[in-house]
Amino acid sequence: MRASHLVSIFLAAILTENYTLNKFLGICPFLGVSKKLNTAVGMSSAVIFVMVLATAVTWPVYFYLLLSKGLEYMQTLVYILIIAGLVQLVEIVLKKYMPSLYNSLGIYLPLITTNCAVLGVTLLVVERQQADANYGYIEALVNAFGAGVGFLVSMVIFSGVRSRIENCDIPESLKGLPITLIAASLVAVSFLGFSGIA
Amino acid sequence: MDIVSAILLVSAIGLVVAVVLVIASTVMAVPVDEKAKRLEEALPGANCGACGFSGCSGYAKALSCGEARVGLCSPGGDEVAMELSTILGVDAVKADKRVAIVRCRGNSDASERKTEYTGIKSCASAIQIYNGATSCSYGCIGYGDCVAACSKNAIKICSSLAVVDQNICMGCGECANACPKHLISIVPVKKRAVVLCSSCDKGSDTRKACTAGCIACKKCVKACEQGAIEIVNFKAHIDPEKCTGCGKCVDECNFSCIFMVNG
Repeated sequence: MRASHLVSIFLAAILTENYTLNKFLGICPFLGVSKKLNTAVGMSSAVIFVMVLATAVTWPVYFYLLLSKGLEYMQTLVYILIIAGLVQLVEIVLKKYMPSLYNSLGIYLPLITTNCAVLGVTLLVVERQQADANYGYIEALVNAFGAGVGFLVSMVIFSGVRSRIENCDIPESLKGLPITLIAASLVAVSFLGFSGIA
Repeated sequence: MDIVSAILLVSAIGLVVAVVLVIASTVMAVPVDEKAKRLEEALPGANCGACGFSGCSGYAKALSCGEARVGLCSPGGDEVAMELSTILGVDAVKADKRVAIVRCRGNSDASERKTEYTGIKSCASAIQIYNGATSCSYGCIGYGDCVAACSKNAIKICSSLAVVDQNICMGCGECANACPKHLISIVPVKKRAVVLCSSCDKGSDTRKACTAGCIACKKCVKACEQGAIEIVNFKAHIDPEKCTGCGKCVDECNFSCIFMVNG
């Protein structure tokens, strides 16, 4: 029962509640780093990593610190502070102990410090818990991981779309960002097709 | 009271985060390689990848660990090689200067257009239709993907043929990667002969398609005293190791297919 519940949360986070294409969070890395497949994958793996870690830390902070003191309204500020500090710490640790991982994630980590998709995952999961009492720490972590994988999926798909656009004859007025935004909207529409599933 | 506790909480969290970060950055500090930093400053910073490393910082790192030799930086030339060797304290060496060479001479006078292509002016998309509009399916199409790739503006299209200005070219190889027909090679600048034709068709077919192509007549093979030339895939191939740059083959070729690098 619990396992199937977790699987459905995971799949929902990837497909029906995709954070970039359905909730429109994290659009700047989605447009900025999706030009090439390898940078898209590098950025996404950093996002997966930070999303899970940020949820792992902010969830207890909210329920044991903020909620008990009645300071829920400070949530956003505290989360930004914690996530920014956390990413810095992760960067230092990676640089020392895993230089190869640091070299592949390194340039993307500082970009995620104030990424709205990461903040969105940690903030929205709290709302989810308030709606459903069975929604616990494990569910929150699975959701964060799924959200990260969903980000990866949308980035990989979109980098494919963009490499196709490069070989097209685009009207002068649409060259560059306009055609990218139009393509992004079409990809988002296609993801809307998943909404009936869960 | 609420405000006070909110301020206290946020400052406490900020303080904890700051203390953790300060401790982490001192405990887990990674020593920066001073030598690599100086080497990187000495390099031109073009990040072209001609040395075979991922940009100038990668080459500087490999140099400081002794994993690479001085002189791989083609854009920097002798000046940079000197500077690098003084930083490293090794004997000065000359840089391997390299340039790009387009292995095709089929301009619009030599070869014809077999179809009329009106699509996007890009070689990558033009070859998707019958391998380009030129009569020789191996030859340069001349829409200039290499020109767009070149950061130094060293390539020009003259009568639908890419021509590299060897005084400007720094041998980074971006054009060679951009050419969908793989016509561009990066060769070291030393006196040696290179065959400027890539057609693998038989001699008669090559001649029908292009008047500038190599038809494997073997005149150069006979002329070469070093035995450096042989016929591979219906065209002459000159072994760069054996070639001394005497120029006999250049004089012998009826179609001026052979070109002297640095000659």
